This record gives sequence, C-alpha cells and structure tokens, in this order.
Amino acid sequence: MEKLKADIESLDPYRIRKDFPIFSRKIRGKPLIYFDNAATTQKPRSVIEAEKRFYEETNANVHRAVHTLSYESTVLYEDSHKKVADFIGAKSWREIIFTRNATESINLVAYGWGLHNLQKGDEVLITIMEHHSNIVPWQMLRDRKGITLKILDVDHEGRLRLDEFPKLISEKTKLVGVVHASNVIGTINPISELVREAKKVGAVVLVDAAQSIPHLPINVIELGCDFLAASGHKMLGPTGTGFLYGRYGLLKEMEPFLYGGDMIETVTLEKATWNELPWKYEAGTPNIAGGIALGAAIDYLKMVGLESISEHENELLSYAIDRMSDFPWIELYGSRGSDRVGVISFNIKGVHPHDVAGVLDEEGIAVRSGHHCAQPLMRRLGIENAVRASFYLYNTREEVDKLVEVLREVRRLF
Amino acid sequence: MGFDEMEYLLDHYKNPRNYGSLLIPDISHEEGNPSCGDVIRIDLKIVDNKVEEVRFSGKGCAISQAAASILTDMIIDKDVDDIKKINKEDMLSALGVTLSPVRYKCGLLALKVLKSGVYGITDWPGEKE
Repeated sequence: MEKLKADIESLDPYRIRKDFPIFSRKIRGKPLIYFDNAATTQKPRSVIEAEKRFYEETNANVHRAVHTLSYESTVLYEDSHKKVADFIGAKSWREIIFTRNATESINLVAYGWGLHNLQKGDEVLITIMEHHSNIVPWQMLRDRKGITLKILDVDHEGRLRLDEFPKLISEKTKLVGVVHASNVIGTINPISELVREAKKVGAVVLVDAAQSIPHLPINVIELGCDFLAASGHKMLGPTGTGFLYGRYGLLKEMEPFLYGGDMIETVTLEKATWNELPWKYEAGTPNIAGGIALGAAIDYLKMVGLESISEHENELLSYAIDRMSDFPWIELYGSRGSDRVGVISFNIKGVHPHDVAGVLDEEGIAVRSGHHCAQPLMRRLGIENAVRASFYLYNTREEVDKLVEVLREVRRLF
Repeated sequence: MGFDEMEYLLDHYKNPRNYGSLLIPDISHEEGNPSCGDVIRIDLKIVDNKVEEVRFSGKGCAISQAAASILTDMIIDKDVDDIKKINKEDMLSALGVTLSPVRYKCGLLALKVLKSGVYGITDWPGEKE
C-alpha cells in the first residue's frame, strides 16, 4: 500500500503557491508567511472557483425539486460525498455525513450514538491529548447520563502511555475517543493498535482526524475505527465544511442528531420516519456550495498526492526543529522522533507567546499563540501557553529561515 | 506596532514602575483574562480621596504588564474621582503603540482591575460611560 520513498514525487512548494491567490497578499508590506495551518488552511484557486461556479451556474436546493438546477446541484453534492468516501477508503459514500467541522462531527456521535446507547456506569475512554472538542461533549454525557470518563495519559515527550491502556479499558468501556494527530505537538497516535485493544472489549472507536487527514494518507478500513471526524477547512476546503465517517451498520441504528427537513422519509402529525443515509443526519439545507468545493479540495490534494505532502512537511518539520534547537532560549515541546505531523509548539524563555506572535505578525508571519484548545494537555506538559507554527504543502524552507530570523529579533527585543 | 515604537512599552515591561504590593492596602483587587492567563493585581492606599500609594503585580504578556506599570504612574496623587474618568481610549493611547484589536484586552486589563477595585465596575472600562 505504502509507496517507496523513491517513488514519491517530491513536491515543489513554489509551484504550488501559485495556485493560492492569498499569497499575493502583503501584510504590512511584507509577504505573507502562513504558519497557522493547524487552525485552518489557505484555499487553492480551484476550491474558490468551485464555490463561485456553483453560485453562478448551478445554485439550487438539493433533494427538492424536479427542475434542472436542483437535479444538477444534487448530483454535485452527492459526488462530493463520493470523493470523500474514496479519499478515506470508506466502503460506501452513504457512510459520509457532511457537517460544519470536526467539532460538529464529534457532537453528532455524542448526541446520536452516546445519548441513546450509554447507560449509567458505562465508561468512555479518551486521552489527555484531545482537543477540547473531543473532551467537552463526553463531559456533557458524563453529567447527563452518569457515565464515567477515563483519561489515558501521555509521557513527558507527549506520547500516549500505551502501557496504561489495557488497565483503563474493560468490558465497561463503550467508546474510545482518540485524536489521530495532536494539534499541539503533532504526535501521531497508533490508531490500529488502540482499535485492536478496544475491539477485544467491544468498544466503539471514534477517531478525531482533524489534524491527520490533511497531512497523511488515511484509510478507515485499515485503521479499523467506527467513526472518524474531520474538518474540511483544514484540508484546503471552505470554512463551514467537515464530515463524519461512520460504519454503515452503526449509522443505520443510531438516532438523528438534528431533526427537520431533508432528514425525513415520511411525516404525519403523529410521527416521522428517517431518510436513507447519509441524509438522515443532514437536516435542513446543507452547505451545498461548501460541500461541493470540499470535493474540489480533495481533487487538489489527490493531484499533489498525500505521500508527497507528508514527505514535504516532514522535511520542513525536521529542518525547523534542527534550526530552532540551536538556540537554548527556545523551548520545544513534543517528541524529537518522526512520529508526528508538521506542527511545532515552542516558547521563547521569558517571553509571553502572545508577544512572540505579535512581533512575528509585524513581519508578516502568522502563527498561533495560546492554549490551542487543549488545556489539559498543556497543563500536563507544564505550560500554560505556547507559540505554534504548523506547516502545509505551500510552506518553504526560506519561510522557516525567516521565522528563525524573527525569533532572534524577538529575543533581542525582550 | 513597529519595533521602534515598542521601546517605551518594553521599557515599562522590563522596568516596571510601582511594582510589588502594599502591606495594608485600602483597596486590593485582582483579575485576569482566562483565555490568555494574564493576571494583574493592584493595591491602593487612599488618603483624602487621593491615591497616595499604588503597587501592582501580575504575570502575562508584555502589553498587559507594561499597561499596568503605565497606569500606576498615571494615577499616583490623582483624585479617586478622576480615576473614574480614565476611559479605554486614554489607556490605549498611553501605551505609545497602536495595538491590534485582538490585543485590546491585554492593554485594558489593568484599567479594568483598577476600576472594578475602586468602583466595583465590572463592565469594560468606557463601555457604559
């Protein structure tokens, strides 16, 4: 399945940048260096055009009318589901539910599956590495249903304590929720291993793939998970797009999350029956234009190739770590190994991350500073805040050099 | 905010004025911005309705801490009623740099602490005046 390294066509970020209109933008007269890709990525022209083209040529509601435009928009919207299914190796496109983002996808599982399947005394096991979006919905269920929430810890380098996993999981464990790649320190977690253990006790596995799917080739059958949540806007797609993959059997059995139009089959004043998959879970008029443009984003990613993207990011990451390790006043978090995506969190000793980010912004460099919506992990690593630079296919070594140069300036100023 | 304009602010950050605490303050108040972890405490000694002594302490970004230092300089010997008149714009312009809107809350934290300490005003300073 995996391509040999020599087979992977190496990616030319300078050619790729030409496809992204935003890189003609100047920030205070300086070229934009965009290192906030873990928050959302920039969009290629083909994605922007797809959304524009939909409104200019096809705009109509889906699954509603007999007229030509409605038919065409329905086909385009369904095709986009098929592109996502194909992209992640799902057996059927009916296993793909479009949402607004990964957060909504996880909430769909918590409300649609958790609320109806979890009983008092049941356990949900998550990790300390989770984004708030895979913690808070389960806290809500804990308080509403009386379930127990168990937490798998990390070691000092930010790797999951796999040795603790068998001790935490039991027949009581009904769901394991785990982030595929950390949005703070980039650690890639061994999902297949966790799934194997979880399946021994019959637990359902939900993978938060928001930070992995834009950067790594993913196949849900190989991972073996039951649910997989992702954001479209973190993989070149428009904001307001995301999706949930769910195993057909589970989605068939589950209760809807949102109720109303489009998700029904028949409605009488007494009751309603649910529409076929995936529409059962896509109530109301969806983000049609965005969903279609997400399909264009996947076309773009496939054209470049996920292996090439992953290779490029790894190279940038190790280059950045190498350069930043030269300075004792930079504190780097996470493992030094290669088991991570292109996310690097750090601090300049004695300087608040917001101040670092402020100076970087002066020079046109966009990074994130703060707690990165993962406060438990940050606390575990013994930090309150950090600066985060996250890379994608259009970033270059030159940009990393500029980052390091400005960090030295920050050091000088403070 | 350019590097040169930052000098005044950075000077207040590196050499904070009126830093510390008062042994027996008449007013002592502390607040923070939970989203970024900035915290400021201000202690005041009031004599004849005037600020006779002021100390601040806290932790956080350069802007929040420098703003506190600058503010304490502004209010020493001032009548307590005059403090009420200090608004958002006064505070922001006293910083000597133009903050981007996302940093306003850093620059205004000290003023918020001062006003809620002195008057129990909990709204953002200037918002309801």
